[in-house]
Amino acid sequence: MSGLPRHAVVLAGRGLTKARRNPGLFLDAILPPVVFLLLFVYLFGGAVAGSTRDYLHYVFPGVLVMTAILAGLTSTGLSINLDIKKGVFDRFRSLPIPRSAPLLGAVLGDSVRYAVAVATLFALGLALGFRPSAGLPSALAAAGLAILFGFALSWVNVLIGVVVKEETLVTTVAFLGIFPLAFGTDMVAPADTLPGWLQAWADVNPVTHAMDATSGLLLGGPVRDAVLATLAWSAGFLAVFVPLAVRAYRRRA
Amino acid sequence: MTYAIRTEGLVKRFDDTTALAGVDLGAAPGTVLGVLGPNGAGKTTAVRILATLVRPDGGRALVDGLDVTRDGDAVRRRIGLTGQYASVDEDLTGRENLVLFGRLLDLRRAEARRRADELLARFELTEAAGRRVSTYSGGMRRRLDLAASLVARPRVVFLDEPTTGLDPGKREDVWRMIRSMTADGGTVLLTTQYLEEADALADEISVLDHGTVIAHGTPTELKRIVGGQTLAVRPADPGRLADAAALLERVAGRPPDVAGELLTVAVDGDGVLGAAVPALAAAGIAVTELALRLPSLDEVFFALTGRAGVAA
Repeated sequence: MSGLPRHAVVLAGRGLTKARRNPGLFLDAILPPVVFLLLFVYLFGGAVAGSTRDYLHYVFPGVLVMTAILAGLTSTGLSINLDIKKGVFDRFRSLPIPRSAPLLGAVLGDSVRYAVAVATLFALGLALGFRPSAGLPSALAAAGLAILFGFALSWVNVLIGVVVKEETLVTTVAFLGIFPLAFGTDMVAPADTLPGWLQAWADVNPVTHAMDATSGLLLGGPVRDAVLATLAWSAGFLAVFVPLAVRAYRRRA
Repeated sequence: MTYAIRTEGLVKRFDDTTALAGVDLGAAPGTVLGVLGPNGAGKTTAVRILATLVRPDGGRALVDGLDVTRDGDAVRRRIGLTGQYASVDEDLTGRENLVLFGRLLDLRRAEARRRADELLARFELTEAAGRRVSTYSGGMRRRLDLAASLVARPRVVFLDEPTTGLDPGKREDVWRMIRSMTADGGTVLLTTQYLEEADALADEISVLDHGTVIAHGTPTELKRIVGGQTLAVRPADPGRLADAAALLERVAGRPPDVAGELLTVAVDGDGVLGAAVPALAAAGIAVTELALRLPSLDEVFFALTGRAGVAA
């Protein structure tokens, strides 16, 4: 391995060492899926689907996607912002390594958070009675797709982390941007129960495609279009936000 | 003359403030250049430009003859940087930090570990190597910062206020280690707001104020700007104070000031000390203190800017 990948992997290793040392950091990756799944299933399950078990199967694919999005959202931008503020990134920038390596390294180093969050969700889902009827390989593909989508979206958060001066603002700004994406979908209730404007938004919302794709991969049904749309959106997010984040990072004096 | 570090007419503006208004700096290979100035003088901006962290708006900055804006990567291969902004990772141990930097500098794992242990020993951090940096004292932290800037064996090292915030005892430790860095033949640019620090470490000093160099020279040359030297004598026996004063007046040609039991007199040349010592011995006056003093850099700064410098 040479250049960018090797340096990014070394820096990702740093992220993993830090994470291993502060397991509390994983709490904000683990908590959202647990809270959302329990909340939705037991609060709305009876009302929306008539049974908590049916609703668990309805809501699980959506919570999976949201879990992956939140795993990237709650950490990467924040850790980058803190690194910039504390001067660790200035040290990196004075080294003869590609200037995007620290950003890529931070994002890769957070990959373990996605794994922990998604594994927690599956464990809880299975315990509550969720059964991915499309089989194990397909369920793993669903998890992988959700993580890829979350990873792509996390670059929005990386950009925010580089641009915003105050670390307390990073997560707030990220949430404001992510909220309409994550909740403007048919995740918690069927699309035809939503008001017209929200339906229109849900139809074009990339998160809806990701949820349709994971739903198909977990429970069976047509997946091709949704998976392709999700991959296309992920590629689009990466194509736009990686260069923007790297550029902002280079320019931040 | 070849320079290891050189800036010519360096200009940097931030919004409506001018941080650097045409700064010329030069350090010959193997020397320590002290850049002395108060907060906000532009010291850090100059270092950040030289370390390729900020682009200049005008002028040139060269490291080892390489332009920092055109050959950034080649410059980064030659430099080490220590400053309050270029920091280490507090969540990692001292050793992990140094190994991380070694790995980023393309050392193999074993080699990076060996280099880390070598630097930990040299900066007296071996015992604390396995502790997280967040548990380090201020002085240990600075020593680790210095070590981190040396992992790559750089030819040029930038030390931006390496002892700011340390108490004087700890400062001496860091000074000792900075001296050992130049013993390897590297070139050092050191910024400081402690006049005493520039005097103790630098071969030459550029005094920076409001983004311009207002004076340059060796510490001795700068001190001469403010005027003559002072001979100080403290007789061991307070009873001989009057005898010693009379003797000094004869040698120096003017009456000394008396402060407690210390006599001080302005002298014009180095020869006075040579004359005073045998005269004191011949008169049988034992002394507990005998020194030829240069004015402090504090006085130099005041003379140059008309403002009081930061007390050393």
